[in-house]
Amino acid sequence: MNWLSQNLHIVGQLLADHMVLSIPPIVLSLLISVPLGRLAAGSRRLRTPLLTGTGLLYAIPSLPLFIIIPAVFGFSLRSPATMITALTLYGCALLVRGAADAFASVPQEVRLAAAATGHSPWGMFWKVELPLAGPVLLSSLRVVTVSTVSLVTVGAVIGISSLGTLFTDGFQRNIDASIVTGIVLTVVVAFVLDAVCVLGARIAMPWRRAVSRA
Amino acid sequence: MNLFLEAVQWLLDPANWAGPNALGLRILEHIGFSAVVVLVAAAIGIPAGTLIGHTGRGRGAIIAITGGARALPTLGLLTIFGLWLGIGLEAPFLALLVLALPPVLAGAYAGVESVDRATVGAARAIGLTERQILMGVELPLAAPVIIGGLRSAALQVISTATLAAYISDTGLGRPIFSGLKTQQYDMMLGGSILVALLALLVELCFQLVQSAAARRAEPHRTQTPASERITA
Repeated sequence: MNWLSQNLHIVGQLLADHMVLSIPPIVLSLLISVPLGRLAAGSRRLRTPLLTGTGLLYAIPSLPLFIIIPAVFGFSLRSPATMITALTLYGCALLVRGAADAFASVPQEVRLAAAATGHSPWGMFWKVELPLAGPVLLSSLRVVTVSTVSLVTVGAVIGISSLGTLFTDGFQRNIDASIVTGIVLTVVVAFVLDAVCVLGARIAMPWRRAVSRA
Repeated sequence: MNLFLEAVQWLLDPANWAGPNALGLRILEHIGFSAVVVLVAAAIGIPAGTLIGHTGRGRGAIIAITGGARALPTLGLLTIFGLWLGIGLEAPFLALLVLALPPVLAGAYAGVESVDRATVGAARAIGLTERQILMGVELPLAAPVIIGGLRSAALQVISTATLAAYISDTGLGRPIFSGLKTQQYDMMLGGSILVALLALLVELCFQLVQSAAARRAEPHRTQTPASERITA
């Protein structure tokens, strides 16, 4: 507690850095994965390469990916762009599959009924498929949110500052309060952002509450 | 792309494959260490998860453990165990075990739990003992999901074993961290490529084993059931 009160401003700064690194990849991977997932669910030919490709991407360990990405995209090793790109890739690796499953869970009869009542494919996507895929999509998004927040800390070993810096600093200077603070705050940030996802989904899908209350 | 050429040159340099710092040795360390962790996690997690799936007791605990574990930062666990246990293999072993257990537990639990209760009831009706039901019916049917759990555990462990070099200087993380210290990008990138290849290889092996287990569990099932496709 003593350590924390003396280092409050540093911890606050690292917390802010952590947020700046975790939120963009979560949003970006959602924006990229929804159309890709819909494509994968709609076509057999695209399904296998998309899902295998993203699955293999997910297998690549994070630290090596943080080092390979600057070499591919020409970023500098310690730039936030490296982190955001790597974490967006991981996010997509999980979410494309989740979105494909979500769109596949929309019953075929509903789709036919929507087409029969005159929905264009574009209108059907926004008004029928996306709302019905929402709950399954949300559960994947929550997994991505929590794992992104935890993965951001790995960047600390290559010198990208985040709550992970509390781990590397604490280890080098032999201060366990620093590491414990970092672990607790990372878990808290993960749960807070997870709650934001759930809350956002509740606002975007108000009918779910009506259904569960009925 | 020039960076990649240099990394490949570094990887192909015979000097890096000889002596006490030989890359072959690092690869063996990495695989050996990861394998031990996954085996220990399997020895604890599969019986425990199977028991919970079979009896249905302790379900809430499994969900809480697997959900919470995802939020735990791996580097945080490694460094705190490193401080508490000192430099050596104990700290990374314990940290990796903590990370490998939840997916193994969840896989064993979900696999056994997903076995059709009617099938279990039929096995009981024809006179199989509880032990026979577990070994002969539930486990083979649950095998694909159990192997899926082992697969995510193995990938998690290989990934984190790379980070373990930060506290204990073993495995394929070593060239990455020495490269970081001495600003040698070819060494860092070469090490990274090796770990990525190793992870992909393990992933592919598990995919093969998992689909073999799935064919054995459900021989009549087609590759993609119609319900998973959209025809619009």
